[in-house]
Amino acid sequence: MSRLDFDVAHLLAGLLVLISFLELYQDRLYALLNVYALHALTLAASVAWQALVQDAPHLYVTAAIALVFKAIAIPLALHRIIVQLGIHRQIEKVVGVGSTMLAGMGLVALSMVVMLRVTHGADPLAREDLAFALSVVLLGLLMMVTRRNAVGQVVGFMSLENGLVLAATGARGMPLVVEISVAFSILIAFIVIGIFLFRIRERFDTVDVQALDQFRGERQ
Amino acid sequence: MTFNALTGVLLVPAIAAALLAALPDYRATARLNVAATTLTLLCALSLFISRPPPGAYLIVDDLNATFIVLTTFVGFTTSVFSLSYIGHELEIGRLTPAFVRFYHAMYQVLMFAMNLALVANNIGLMWVAIELATLTTVLMVGIYRTHEALEAAWKYFILGSVGIALALFGTILVYMAARPVVGEGLDAMVWTVLVRRAGEFDPALLDLAFVFLLLGYGTKVGLAPLHAWLPDAHAEGPTPISAVLSGLLLNVALYALLRFKMLLAANAGALAPGPLMVTLGLISLVFAAFMLYRRRDIKRLFAYSSIEHMGIITFAFGMGGPLANFAGLLHMTMHSLTKSAIFFAVGHVAQVKGTQRIADMGGLTETHPTLACGLILGVVAIAGLPPLGIFMSEFLVVSSTFARAPALAIILVFGLLVGLAGLFLRLNSIAFGEPRGPNAKAQASYVPMFAHLALVLAAGIYMPPALVAWFQNVAGLLG
Repeated sequence: MSRLDFDVAHLLAGLLVLISFLELYQDRLYALLNVYALHALTLAASVAWQALVQDAPHLYVTAAIALVFKAIAIPLALHRIIVQLGIHRQIEKVVGVGSTMLAGMGLVALSMVVMLRVTHGADPLAREDLAFALSVVLLGLLMMVTRRNAVGQVVGFMSLENGLVLAATGARGMPLVVEISVAFSILIAFIVIGIFLFRIRERFDTVDVQALDQFRGERQ
Repeated sequence: MTFNALTGVLLVPAIAAALLAALPDYRATARLNVAATTLTLLCALSLFISRPPPGAYLIVDDLNATFIVLTTFVGFTTSVFSLSYIGHELEIGRLTPAFVRFYHAMYQVLMFAMNLALVANNIGLMWVAIELATLTTVLMVGIYRTHEALEAAWKYFILGSVGIALALFGTILVYMAARPVVGEGLDAMVWTVLVRRAGEFDPALLDLAFVFLLLGYGTKVGLAPLHAWLPDAHAEGPTPISAVLSGLLLNVALYALLRFKMLLAANAGALAPGPLMVTLGLISLVFAAFMLYRRRDIKRLFAYSSIEHMGIITFAFGMGGPLANFAGLLHMTMHSLTKSAIFFAVGHVAQVKGTQRIADMGGLTETHPTLACGLILGVVAIAGLPPLGIFMSEFLVVSSTFARAPALAIILVFGLLVGLAGLFLRLNSIAFGEPRGPNAKAQASYVPMFAHLALVLAAGIYMPPALVAWFQNVAGLLG
């Protein structure tokens, strides 16, 4: 593999981690959706680059899904849902921005330490991709736990999933990547196209998950 | 693709799902649902006679044949139970005909997804199947569209998605570990190839993969502290789905975990997966046993009991060795049969009493003797009293543990006793005393419930040697 191939792949994967950090401190839903679209766009570029350097044309399908579905369709759909349902546009956080960012840095450091240590046998590209991918996954999880809004949590889940696609495409020659990314897209479509958002809206007039917590199972 | 029993197990539910989604008439579709599960069960049973050789995507061996037969059997009896249960729900207007149609189609999709997860020889395909099963059950849990049902479905959805996302990361890591040895491409995800060459994989990568897989699929098994979705999902969905969730879906997730455990066991340098599973199993057992005391909702009570038993099963498989594996397999089978029988009883109890609150039901033995008899028998079985099957399997788990790690056995017995007392405390107020609450007449089908309990009783008294030999053989495979 040439130096350039490696550097570009490295750059795109690193950008993905950086954009995950950008998502962490957004406090308005629209801004969050825009940053998420950028996240998906970067993923599409990264996957397309992998398709090129690995000479694996089927990965272009995954890149196309990332571009059309995640970077364009999903943010637009969520945008419309927010307008139509009149969802509160501020994101309520459980933890402050400062401590969230610190926790995020800790998670990235952790994934670097863990992944780089166990994968010293693997080729350098896959190795660094995997370390970045784990960082994106962990940052997505962090976002899910620090957000109170359902939409915020869904965006967290989607960026977590982007990390998984990054890992899957970084693993050279992995079969079923396209199928898995399709399966994941179906999962996300399920969330977004609204069964839950619509039903939740229909019944509770809010998509703030906190409002659902009146019911704690059996507090009578 | 030629038609054989293996494709039958997959095709019958898939075709039935399409048909059920298309047909409008409720009575016909409910019967068709039963017919489809019967046919699937027959296909599954014929796997004992002849089975196709393993391919790159599908496989049938002694291990998953056991799971498939259990799954299709409980799937069949639950569809019989659901016939009368859903009929009643339709009558009282909790479900509309459109939702019933959706329910039946989803039931078959769930059967398809679980069978696919069990026969998958490809770890990627297995993951896709478990994801599909998760999605279908989420939709079923939210089907009543009440406040509580939606919250339960949302919680299940978010936690389940995070779980399967972590499992996928683990799957990718397994591929990464296999690639240098097996080579790029499809072979590096085929389980039979992986297990044959696992000895040459990089142990550090396999260790890390297993941690993710344990957290991911462990969420679906309902192991504490990853269990938060389980009680809500059981309590708020339709009762047939609670029965299938407890009796089958938890097993399927555990099966996935066992396949990966075998992979680690084949690598000398990798960490032993046993202690991790033993720890999670014991935590689940003790935690769930204490949680039984404060339950006020009858379905949540038995959902916590499922966590307790999944803990015991995970513990047994974590201990490993022929005897503990045998006990784990037996316990899993007995738990599936008993717990679904209990949910059949609980479904009818909740229908005649019009509530799931334990405080609003009482004196069941006076008002509905047959139903009470089934429920009491089920609780006696699940609590692990002789002479029923669960006593046998728990006894085997405890005695094999005493022989190898007495300290762990003490915790195990402590958890079992705490759980037993908790269950009887609650059973007492439901089944005995002054009759409380409304007393609608039961329109129940008792056959599935008593059929399961009869099997559990029979297994407790006499296990046919052929069955013992079969379980011993499978336990040997598990290592």
